[in-house]
Amino acid sequence: MNQKKSKTPMIITLVLVAAIYVAVFIAEQTLPANSMLFTVLKKGATYALVAVSMNLLNGFTGIFSLGQAGFMLVGAYMYGIFTIPIAQRASVYQYFDGGMIQFTVPVIVAMILAGLAAAFFAFLIGLPVLRLKSDYLAIATLGFAEIIRAIFQWNGLGPITNGSNMLRSFPSFNDFNIRDGQGNVTVYLSTLIPFLMAGVCILLIVLLINSSYGRALKAIRDDEVAAEAMGINLAHHKRLAFCVSSFFAGVGGAMLAMYQTTVQAKSFTSAMTYEILLIVVIGGIGSVTGSVLSSFLFVACSEWWLRFLDEKQMIGTFEVPLLRNGFRLVVFSVIIMIVVLFFRRGIMGDKELPDLLSRRMKSEGRRKK
Amino acid sequence: MSENRNNVLKLENITMQFGGVVAINNLSLEVNQGEIVALIGPNGAGKTTAFNCITGVYEPTNGIVYFHGEPIVVNHPQGKMVKQYAGINGDLYREKKPVAHTPDRITHMGIARTFQNIRLFKSQTAFENVLIGTHLRRNSNMFTATFRLNAKEEKANREKAWNLLEIVGLAEEGKELATSLPYGKQRRLEIARALATEPTLLLLDEPAAGMNPQETDELGSFIVDIKNRFNLTVFMIEHHMNLVMDISDRIYVLDFGRQIAEGTPEEIQKNPVVIAAYLGVEEE
Repeated sequence: MNQKKSKTPMIITLVLVAAIYVAVFIAEQTLPANSMLFTVLKKGATYALVAVSMNLLNGFTGIFSLGQAGFMLVGAYMYGIFTIPIAQRASVYQYFDGGMIQFTVPVIVAMILAGLAAAFFAFLIGLPVLRLKSDYLAIATLGFAEIIRAIFQWNGLGPITNGSNMLRSFPSFNDFNIRDGQGNVTVYLSTLIPFLMAGVCILLIVLLINSSYGRALKAIRDDEVAAEAMGINLAHHKRLAFCVSSFFAGVGGAMLAMYQTTVQAKSFTSAMTYEILLIVVIGGIGSVTGSVLSSFLFVACSEWWLRFLDEKQMIGTFEVPLLRNGFRLVVFSVIIMIVVLFFRRGIMGDKELPDLLSRRMKSEGRRKK
Repeated sequence: MSENRNNVLKLENITMQFGGVVAINNLSLEVNQGEIVALIGPNGAGKTTAFNCITGVYEPTNGIVYFHGEPIVVNHPQGKMVKQYAGINGDLYREKKPVAHTPDRITHMGIARTFQNIRLFKSQTAFENVLIGTHLRRNSNMFTATFRLNAKEEKANREKAWNLLEIVGLAEEGKELATSLPYGKQRRLEIARALATEPTLLLLDEPAAGMNPQETDELGSFIVDIKNRFNLTVFMIEHHMNLVMDISDRIYVLDFGRQIAEGTPEEIQKNPVVIAAYLGVEEE
């Protein structure tokens, strides 16, 4: 009986991932630090984590939630609030007498706090909202994200959130670089560290998805009635998925704060949620690999490869028509429509990298026979 | 109330009313330890509704369901239903506190079911379908499961799932997508999945639907076999009269939500009321 899955594809995948990490490390030491590549990699890693966390809900549990930006906001603020150096607080919270909180915690603790806070909000909102289904749940979570955004900008919370002013001066990705006494960077880690953070979080999500609980979530996605008849407590498992997803969205929010170096509530709009939803759809609903791949593709396109569409381009003396500020978004929308119309299953469908590898090996094995 | 411990399942005056429609009217029945009991009746008689009342999908309007002597469902007409109620015995349980459980709780107590229109987890393999059935008897929590601290339990569950697949004769197809299996095998897989929840009572909703006569025969001996092997009690809805008459110990007949007859297969076959309502049409 072929009970045991072949381990080879799994090992190849791990080797591939390790190779990517090594490549990132080497590239960072050799290429100029202001290269566009690193911007893409940092933001890509951040978005990859958030996209995978959204996929856990939308792809694996079948809960259509649009609250991701709200949970990221909670995470980003928690991170900012607890890591701004005390010396800087007076200038950051200049309208609120230096703010209420006068202590800092280590970055890693702040990130976990960011996740826990997001998960706590998810728990609260999940109590009423998870009773809803599909579109209704999407609308309710979207509304929640908007409410959160408004609350965090409220002046009454100013001593904690700095009202509608931005939080800044907290440790960012660049602070992970190791510097010598003169302040010159000796080892660049500002891209590798976010890769590691996202990697660890995504690994945890993958482990959850492939555990007994992950199977239960997939069962709920496939057929709620049958899942319940198999003894799976719907409310409990949905809440669990919702909180875990929000936890990692919160951590992703903290990473976004580090990437942006500033946090302002008004930037966490529903447009951000849609960007992430887009990544999930393009990557393939129900595929972690797909979400990761497509977040890097998406970020590379929007930040780098398609930038030229926003500027006047000349070919010789001929000015290319249509190219002006905002045209990039038009092209983007067209790409999305093409994906939705013709590649409905996204880049990966619901397959993961090891699945693809094992299929390839199987077909090669057959050819040899 | 129900002192007879031999009763695995006992329905008492169950009425299920949807708005003005009385789907089941005052149904009482008993299923004893080790029996195979069939519930038959023409289409729309309320058989599946009865199953749904037992498994917690619906909350009956009135009546009590006992499982191993414990009341697992208790209800009486409430709210608007007090006026609308069209069944009988509506005030019998007025003093009783309503009891209702979600389907997963009831499965946890030991009632597993299959569905009339097969409901397998379509994106999962046959093996994974059975494995999901083992989830409810877990000792792990989310953290131990994520960090693989439950490796022993997981391994035992996987072995159990393969064993069940072997018992229902699907060991070869374990790695195949559940929905790619032929119809008859999907039905068997549903039974295997139900068995994975470690039930004491198995509810089968038309297990032979869509099967040819030979498959139906095999299914009959299969049901008897798993009943003995797992020390089960089986309560089933079925339309194939050969199968029902072959393997059931007792039969209840429903028509328009009312129980019109009860008895052994021989008695039911001779019962003029049943013949008129149901079998008579088939014998022409």
